[in-house]
Amino acid sequence: MNHPETILSVEKISVSLQGRPILDNINFDLAKAEFCGLIGANGSGKTTLLRTILGFQPHTHGTINIDHRPNTNTLKSVGYVPQKIQLEKDLPLRARDLIGLGWDGHRLGLPWPSRKKSILVDEMLHAVNAEAFADQRVGDLSGGQQQRILIAHALIHRPKLLLLDEPLANLDIRAVAETVALLNRVRIDFGVAILISAHDMNPLLGVVDKIIYLANGRAAYGRTNEVVRTTVLSELYGYHIDVIRVHGRVLVIAGGHTDENAIPHDHHQDHVEAIP
Amino acid sequence: MLSLYASSILAASFWTDDAVHTALIVSTGAALVCGIVGVFTIIRGQSFAGHALADMSSAGGAGSFLAGINPLFGFLAIALLSAVTMELADLRQARERDLAAGIILGAGLGVTALLLYFDVTTKSTTGAAVSIMFGSMFEIPASIIPFLLGIGVLALSLLAIFHRPLYFCSVNSELAATQGIPVRRVGFIFLVILSLSVTLSAMAIGAILSTALLIAPAAAAMRLTKRLWFALGLSAFIGISASWAGIWLAYSSYDWTRGHVWPVSFFIVTILFIIYLASGLPQLIAKLHFGTDRYKTTQSFGGS
Repeated sequence: MNHPETILSVEKISVSLQGRPILDNINFDLAKAEFCGLIGANGSGKTTLLRTILGFQPHTHGTINIDHRPNTNTLKSVGYVPQKIQLEKDLPLRARDLIGLGWDGHRLGLPWPSRKKSILVDEMLHAVNAEAFADQRVGDLSGGQQQRILIAHALIHRPKLLLLDEPLANLDIRAVAETVALLNRVRIDFGVAILISAHDMNPLLGVVDKIIYLANGRAAYGRTNEVVRTTVLSELYGYHIDVIRVHGRVLVIAGGHTDENAIPHDHHQDHVEAIP
Repeated sequence: MLSLYASSILAASFWTDDAVHTALIVSTGAALVCGIVGVFTIIRGQSFAGHALADMSSAGGAGSFLAGINPLFGFLAIALLSAVTMELADLRQARERDLAAGIILGAGLGVTALLLYFDVTTKSTTGAAVSIMFGSMFEIPASIIPFLLGIGVLALSLLAIFHRPLYFCSVNSELAATQGIPVRRVGFIFLVILSLSVTLSAMAIGAILSTALLIAPAAAAMRLTKRLWFALGLSAFIGISASWAGIWLAYSSYDWTRGHVWPVSFFIVTILFIIYLASGLPQLIAKLHFGTDRYKTTQSFGGS
């Protein structure tokens, strides 16, 4: 467990919200520059787990260590991109300003122009390939562009761990692919461990080393092929789940019954002709 | 201390007149502070809160007349008290906040109506209502200037100290919270800054109209620039220019209607309104222009 390369270790974490158990005995590790997907349906506790790691949400049991220290002050050591950040259209805020707020937005006093800060912001703009729209209003950017700026915003303190909450939700297919590719590049360039939550694991399958699958407050953790299996997920959900692989993609389907012949099979459906 | 809009206030020349001099100082201070604070007010979506604070403060202004003190102190006391009340109410949802502000401001104005009635019936100060609600800039005694400037300096100092956390929270409070910024405390500090600004504006153009000086210059400036510092500077510039032009027009109106000075506030808010409309022109032109371009692109795609 205490491997020197371990950046995040979550041991036996349980969390309750208003007396209701949300997470029960969650265990996993993240090594340096590892890419891990946190997969689960809406309401499965993904956000709660991320907030618990950040120290914003108290846990009832267990320990969380970030870079071998308890997660008491995670502001600089962990980068975080929250879910559904709304940036209003009329904000007098350029993309580079938002990244800059990540650096010194918490400080008091007037922000005198700082060379160090502007160099850092330029580096971050380059890292997320956002130089082209650095001087545009954030409100005018597309969802994918905003996501890149938020990632740069979270990275400016050079954290060893980056948490992203559903960053792929509400993006179009192309922006999803671009964001995943960008995160993978950032992971290598910065040597940062990434934990990304998503309700659909498919866009992540090409890049993630491991998966944490959340359901019923419990988690299955391991390599994708070890976790995303009919037996493992059925055991996690507590009822029958089918895992179907199609062209390198995965479909997780709730069966609810084990008798596969219960539904009459229409053979004609198998021979649908392609419409020219 | 209080006279009606009298013809006697105007001396020979605009620049040598004492009343004009005081009006220029008061309006410049108010417009500078409100212009800057207004940008944050709009970003935070608290325009209505600003209006509510001002309306409630009118009760303080009306009370001041009864007590025989300058309305400044009444405005300030009630605005600050209202800010603290809003904070204690701790309403998280925008809809709840709007409702509460609307209901409380109604009650506040009711108290104002009663106090103004007492003013008029017991003190024979018929100008009180107009003065409190719509301002009477040429009536402000010069002795109040140090207090006004003190309030302005305090508001701007608070803004300078808390500038970055305030900007961050205003842009997105969730994101700011993840950086460890105490969003709620920052929100309360802003309410205090807002109360101070509204007090200045209420002195300049009256409690009811004070929102105009707070919102209009900032709204126009934000349409014209995407950079915060430009927006702050431009907003203050617009506010100050409109105030000076308004004062000059009001001064000149003495000649238009033979010895009667039109209310300064009328000119200032009208100029601000026109500036706000004009500030939409660049965007409108760009949209029309862009619209035709887009149409052409669609056409050429369709041809393939």
